[in-house]
Amino acid sequence: MTLLTSLRRLLAVATLGLGLVHAAHAADASAPDLLIRQLSLETIEAVKADKDIQSGNISKIIALVDAKVMPHINFTRMTSSAVGRFWRQATPDQQAKLQAEFKTLLVRTYAGALTQVKDQTIGMKPLRAQPTDTEVVVRTEIRGKGDAIQLDYRLEKAGAEWKIYDVNVLGIWLADQYRNSFAQEIGANGIDGLIKSLADKNAKAAAPAAKG
Amino acid sequence: MSHVIRWLATLSLALGLAGCQTVQGVGTRIDRALDKVMGSKGQRLDPWESWNRKVFAFNDKVDENVLKPIATAYSEIVPSPVRTGIDNFFGNIGDAWSAVNLMLQGRFKAGVEQGMRFAVNSTLGLAGVLDIATEAGLEKNSQDFGKTLGKWGMGTGAYIVWPLFGPSSVRDSLALPVDWQASPGVLFDDGRKKVGITALSLVNTRANFLRAGEMLEGIALDKYTFYRDAYLQRRGSFDDEGDDEVEVLVPGNGAAAGQAAAAPASAASATPASAAPVATVKKPAEPASAATR
Repeated sequence: MTLLTSLRRLLAVATLGLGLVHAAHAADASAPDLLIRQLSLETIEAVKADKDIQSGNISKIIALVDAKVMPHINFTRMTSSAVGRFWRQATPDQQAKLQAEFKTLLVRTYAGALTQVKDQTIGMKPLRAQPTDTEVVVRTEIRGKGDAIQLDYRLEKAGAEWKIYDVNVLGIWLADQYRNSFAQEIGANGIDGLIKSLADKNAKAAAPAAKG
Repeated sequence: MSHVIRWLATLSLALGLAGCQTVQGVGTRIDRALDKVMGSKGQRLDPWESWNRKVFAFNDKVDENVLKPIATAYSEIVPSPVRTGIDNFFGNIGDAWSAVNLMLQGRFKAGVEQGMRFAVNSTLGLAGVLDIATEAGLEKNSQDFGKTLGKWGMGTGAYIVWPLFGPSSVRDSLALPVDWQASPGVLFDDGRKKVGITALSLVNTRANFLRAGEMLEGIALDKYTFYRDAYLQRRGSFDDEGDDEVEVLVPGNGAAAGQAAAAPASAASATPASAAPVATVKKPAEPASAATR
């Protein structure tokens, strides 16, 4: 039963992970912990302030993510990591499609999870990194009812900015979580098969998502 | 004589080479087969996949036809405050067991904290129905014996799906009988009450998972693989002990809070750096997962 609880929490908080961040254009990406701190705060505020988000208005959430969150995520890296060694076999066109469908899949997850956000606060754990590091893990946790929920971010330094390239919810790195599923699908039906099954999933979910 | 020896040597060399080649050939073939069927590391932890899939499908049917309808009815009929109370009650029993496990893991401070939670909620919280401890700042930290075994250095082992009990691993299956000794059912020695309370605990857990379960259906390409990978990753990771000091962020005054927080943030990041100024490692500070074996 632990798993059920875990997965429930994973969903409840994956949202805050990549964060449906409001007004993140103000987020300062010059230091990794600073970036996460601001994204976290803004996410919590945005969710609490917006009734539409709480009720799972998916188009509104997608628009938000596109405008505010995506600039802080290296989604190409996240997707390629989930696709693993098959990524290099994919054509640029396939890569773009994979990325688009994977993004929709994750955003959908957050959209659902957002409706479960209530009285949580965010705790920052001390950063264990050297100033010279170009890849760091920023560790946070969501505190509310029940166990604190581990929520960590992998960030890389791209030029002067830090970008998120993976998120860990409850000990589960999301890119790793999908790697086997993707490999299994590619093994059976090829890269186009994976794109198709992702697209099907997304299309199927798009209909009932409206009713929340 | 020397002739014979030379002949034997040549023969054995030839055989050896051939052997090597065969072994290598077989090796690559197996490797390729593994790659094709298994994709990656995680799946080698699932040697009983075909059996597990059958059990998983069975469990899914049971859930769909019995557990989920009951849990749905439960969450529709029983008022929310009552459900919260029931959830807290079970959670409180879990806290006592977490405290024991934290002690077994050598995390005494956290263990004492969970013990405090149990003490406070059991008394002031009316046998655990109210979760006063959380409001008092004692965070819940769930542990079980499977985690303790892991902490002692035992790997998760292969993935197993048990009929009715669901996803598990070799390690967690070994721990299960021990964990059962601390399940809510043991509070009662009367057989019928035991069954009743265990059933209620099960329904409570399932009810908590209703909405998330539906969402999961929508994001998992293959439910079996998704659950398995989540289980193994989750159970195999040891989140850096969780005993670090945590700074709670207070939302409310938007950008102002962000700005105010900026200074301590950079100070915090500077401190460990100056404390240990070596290392120019180009790696995440926290290697992928300390638990990946």
